[in-house]
Amino acid sequence: MPDSILVVVEQRGGKLNRVSWETITAGQAIASATGWTLEAAVVGAAALAGEVAAKKVAKVYAVESPKLEPYTPDAFAAGLKQFVGAKQPKLVLMPHTYQVRDFIPKLATAMGRSVISDCIGFQHDGGKLVFTRQMFQGKFAADVSFTGDAPWFATFQNGAFRGDQAEAGASAAPVETVQVDIADGVVRNRPQEVFKEAKQAVDLTQAEIIVAVGRGIKEQKNVEIAQQLADALGADLAASRPICDSGWLPMDRQIGSSGQTVAPKLYLALGISGAIQHLVGMKGSRSIIAVNKDAEAPIFEIADYAVVGNLFDIVPPLIEEVKKAKAG
Amino acid sequence: MKILVCMKQVPQKDAPLKLNETGTWIREDVSYEVNEPDAYALEEALRQREKHKGEVVVITSGPARAQQVLREALAKGADRAIHLEDDKFVGFDALNTAKSIAAAIKDDRFDLIFTGLQSDDYGYAQTGVILAELLGWPHATIIMQIEKTESGIRVKRELEAGYFQFVDMPTPAVLTIQSGINKLRYATLIGIKQAKNKPLRKVSLAEVQAAMGANLQKIEKLYIPHKTKKTERIDGSPGEIAKKLVDKMRNELRVI
Repeated sequence: MPDSILVVVEQRGGKLNRVSWETITAGQAIASATGWTLEAAVVGAAALAGEVAAKKVAKVYAVESPKLEPYTPDAFAAGLKQFVGAKQPKLVLMPHTYQVRDFIPKLATAMGRSVISDCIGFQHDGGKLVFTRQMFQGKFAADVSFTGDAPWFATFQNGAFRGDQAEAGASAAPVETVQVDIADGVVRNRPQEVFKEAKQAVDLTQAEIIVAVGRGIKEQKNVEIAQQLADALGADLAASRPICDSGWLPMDRQIGSSGQTVAPKLYLALGISGAIQHLVGMKGSRSIIAVNKDAEAPIFEIADYAVVGNLFDIVPPLIEEVKKAKAG
Repeated sequence: MKILVCMKQVPQKDAPLKLNETGTWIREDVSYEVNEPDAYALEEALRQREKHKGEVVVITSGPARAQQVLREALAKGADRAIHLEDDKFVGFDALNTAKSIAAAIKDDRFDLIFTGLQSDDYGYAQTGVILAELLGWPHATIIMQIEKTESGIRVKRELEAGYFQFVDMPTPAVLTIQSGINKLRYATLIGIKQAKNKPLRKVSLAEVQAAMGANLQKIEKLYIPHKTKKTERIDGSPGEIAKKLVDKMRNELRVI
């Protein structure tokens, strides 16, 4: 058997999470660099296998058990342990979603293996495969390799690869259904229905301009100047997680992995350092202006225009200039 | 309720970091602080103890400097502390870190173990879940609320994009705690005084090494990220910068 890569796509409630296409793209790229075979698996939603089989993969497995719905980490880890243990792929790839984070460390540990999580890229040099991931909140990147036995597990950050670049196959890949046996008593958690809190009323995904504030705003009363700038620009006001955690702005104005993912024409980041969890929610913006007093802040890595300085010096004249421009 | 809180010391958020000579780690001569989600995990443990009685124990692994995290936790109200102390703990992967913690607490009987949902240095988001698997316990991640029930606990999990989910689960269990689950308290003067007399057990690497193994992954190289985007720096006085930005917004970005 040649070495293989297994991409486990993500589904929730029978719907494919679009980020899965990014992981397929990553799998295709690694397959092409290493010469390994690429296969995919859908866990607990056989109906989605056909959609995945349209992509350029050698085979799609539908891993099935009545215990896989609704999602629990116990069932997913047990089911995939059986499946991966039998298939013995060299590499198992998944998107770095909240759901995958919930079970992949358990799965790998149960198999005596480890996960390189939240990767943003890979390199294959001289037969050695290394994964690139961010460290220290994005201030550094690290190349990380596996030193133990396969199967190796890795997850890719949302946006690390382009989902629309996942290659279609010349013909549909074969689909094989694999029943896994999850014993009674394995699943200990009893999940209730997924819900959205009623107060989540603000939809920032349609905003053309977003003014976002981070820790650099220092105090709740200072949020007002960001609001004035947003008003002048006709923009929506948003924030990084710590600002919402502190209650300075409501949770439904939070941008990032636990909040909203946005792609406005202009994202104006004030006093936001650019932690990974924030960047994944806004790096798709058409243009980014960042104001931060720390020249090393990771936000500048993805900014189109960088202003290294104190936002309290810059924002007041900026409000005036915007007003003038709008009036003229 | 007897609760263990796993805490980590990480470089301060705005500390300027430099690479070491081999380019595999940062230079250690920086300022450190407690990993932010771990502070929320501690606060939640203290609140649970206030409601249900019991004990809060804090544990960290790291060099001598990491003891500061434990001292602060004791000052905020934790009952006792465990320090897996050795410089080498910084370089262990998540699996080995979890193995060392499991070995250090093997004689304790906890109802709950809390960790922060991820660390600000490695950012793996794995140690808590691995620990649960090593102990054979159920777990839930990214927790925003915890209530005791007749048969165990009911927790509120944060999902992506503003969604949530309640999960009922038995104890003992491991929970990874999200920042913002509560409001952090400050240590009081009395608390700081009392902390000096609280038990702090040191555990050496030798005591837990038999339970650990070789790291299963390795940082080959740490480096400043390659820039993928062309960034134009806007300089000048605040007034000049404001003018330049508005010019960009109007003529290049066309949003005004």
